[in-house]
Amino acid sequence: MAVLTMRDALNQALREELARDASVFILGEEVGAYQGAYKVTQGLLAEFGEWRVRDTPIAEEAIAGIAVGAAFVGMRPIAEMMTFNFSMLALDQMVNHAAKYRYMSGGQVRCPMVLRGPSGAAAQVAAQHSQAFEAWYAHVPGLVVVMPATPKDAKGLLKSAIRDDNPVVFMENEVLYNVKGEVPSDEYLIPIGLADVKRPGKDVTLVGWSRSLHFALDAARQLEAEGVDAEVVDVRTLRPLDEDLIFASVRKTNRCVIVEEGWRVAGFGAEIADRIQRECFDDLDAPVLRVTAADVPMPYAKNLEKAYLPQPEKVVAAAKKVLYR
Amino acid sequence: MERQEALKLYRQMLLIRRFEEHAAQLYVEGQIGGFLHLYIGQEAVAVGAMSLLRDDDYLLSSYRDHGYALARGMDPGPLMAELCGRSTGVSRGKGGSMHFYDVPRGFFGGDGIVGGHLPIAAGVGYAIRLRATDQVCLCFFGDGAVNEGAFHEALNVSALWSLPVVFVIENNRYGMGTSLDRASSVKDLYQRGSAYGVPHTEVNGMDILAVRQVLADAIALARKDKRPTLVEAETYRYRGHSMSDPGKYRTREEVEEMMKLDPIQHFAGHMTDVQHVGQPELEAIDKEVQGIVEQAAAVALKSPWPEAESMFEDVYVRSPFIHAAAAEKDPAWRAAIREDRVVGSAASEER
Repeated sequence: MAVLTMRDALNQALREELARDASVFILGEEVGAYQGAYKVTQGLLAEFGEWRVRDTPIAEEAIAGIAVGAAFVGMRPIAEMMTFNFSMLALDQMVNHAAKYRYMSGGQVRCPMVLRGPSGAAAQVAAQHSQAFEAWYAHVPGLVVVMPATPKDAKGLLKSAIRDDNPVVFMENEVLYNVKGEVPSDEYLIPIGLADVKRPGKDVTLVGWSRSLHFALDAARQLEAEGVDAEVVDVRTLRPLDEDLIFASVRKTNRCVIVEEGWRVAGFGAEIADRIQRECFDDLDAPVLRVTAADVPMPYAKNLEKAYLPQPEKVVAAAKKVLYR
Repeated sequence: MERQEALKLYRQMLLIRRFEEHAAQLYVEGQIGGFLHLYIGQEAVAVGAMSLLRDDDYLLSSYRDHGYALARGMDPGPLMAELCGRSTGVSRGKGGSMHFYDVPRGFFGGDGIVGGHLPIAAGVGYAIRLRATDQVCLCFFGDGAVNEGAFHEALNVSALWSLPVVFVIENNRYGMGTSLDRASSVKDLYQRGSAYGVPHTEVNGMDILAVRQVLADAIALARKDKRPTLVEAETYRYRGHSMSDPGKYRTREEVEEMMKLDPIQHFAGHMTDVQHVGQPELEAIDKEVQGIVEQAAAVALKSPWPEAESMFEDVYVRSPFIHAAAAEKDPAWRAAIREDRVVGSAASEER
């Protein structure tokens, strides 16, 4: 085991897969000579050359579309979005092309590509640069949506995403790039579609993914001080969703709070809450609550930004509410 | 041109014409639903351009895609079955008129989003460069697509990185009901290549020999020098944008005037005058393709509808990297996990 930042864990995954398979290549804005806008691709241009680590113009639809086309003919492209905010310009390629060609061709075409980059809020970058769009992508049949929260998961899941034959939307988080954690030294993969209990507990289930998982873990530590033993479930993959692990946790604790960085209306937590109420109705001792971003565009001011996000304190309050404390 | 080659091209154009005339009839009879965009009038472009492709080359097209499929050698039977929404259709009844594909022949479709397949064609070109082969990619689209951002993004990177892609604008003068004059600030669309340093040229798209001459140069430039070309083929669609279009944005006189330039009639003149093919032989070809089309339609209409469960198939690819127990809960994943049909996807990897 080595202790790595999530940035370095992702970089290792990219380097290992580029070295392992000649059909893998990376393209995106500033991924090469600049060493990555967030340094995730650092050193890769020098090691693999410009055809496999391709700096692109600022043209998100082309970036995604080139990945789609190369994937159709058997390559394994990794398209980096500098942030997922800009992926709105690539959405047509992902929704109408990457996700659809296999179906529309009766199974003839496959699209083994990864669209990756940071998603969610960073620090005071305001409304256009702080959005969590996972619900948009998870809505689309044909796509796979992965959102790791730890360095170990990030590396193992990214390697699976690159090797998988389906189009994978792999959403990272800028705030988590410096988070450190233990990463196995030997080769390993983490299967897509497998959730993980990050903290076992018996009193209440807290569900999160990516950065919201850390809000849930912080809340669990605060709750522990107050004598509440929270179980924290890391969804890790939104599509396909490992609902069994969530149900098992809820059946044990009988209470559930879902934490997400996206907006409340039609957010992904609503999908999880729906499945819980259908499958675990008799096990629930309280309504399933959701802690989300405020239902407004992200404000710039520091205090407003803090108030906008689903902070651990809000998660603690929600947990107490379902515990009737 | 060799006599045999000329006969083959003539037959292909006529097959496309008769196939689509029959499809229009089936549409009127209610056997074909949705959108049916006919290529009638434009046949010389697809047939001329694709007669120059090698078997291992690639092509992508817009949704007006019947002509490319037939010109690439696809069997009319499964194409007609697809139009009729049957399980024996080339896309198993999930694509319809706009979504014909033949991966073993390098044909990646039938795209229903105007301009959406241009960056994809650039991606195919990028893959060709990465693998250092001498394949080329042909990308067909209409005059409507040149105003989409995707057109500009694709042309820029194709020139920037030297990608072997030939972009063919089929200028049929109307993007649905909006004439080119009302949609483009520049009327000579091929001139737009100059903005990106892409070699560009125009050609009479009603003349298959002219199309072949211009496309031969463009394909050679892509194959040998890895450079893209933007070709504007001036052509005309006789029918509406789709079957539901009454065509009130243009005059009957204009359509009749353009029909005098008919690419098949024009090439028939070449066949008799230069190739010395007799009228009876041309008529025999017509009769033969009519028979093929009628047979395709008869078989299609007797073919079964898709099974209800097939709706969940072909969404995902079975994958050892997906946790099966979790995915089993989702019907589309369940179908993928239990996939035992052999489909063209394996060929996708090989190509």
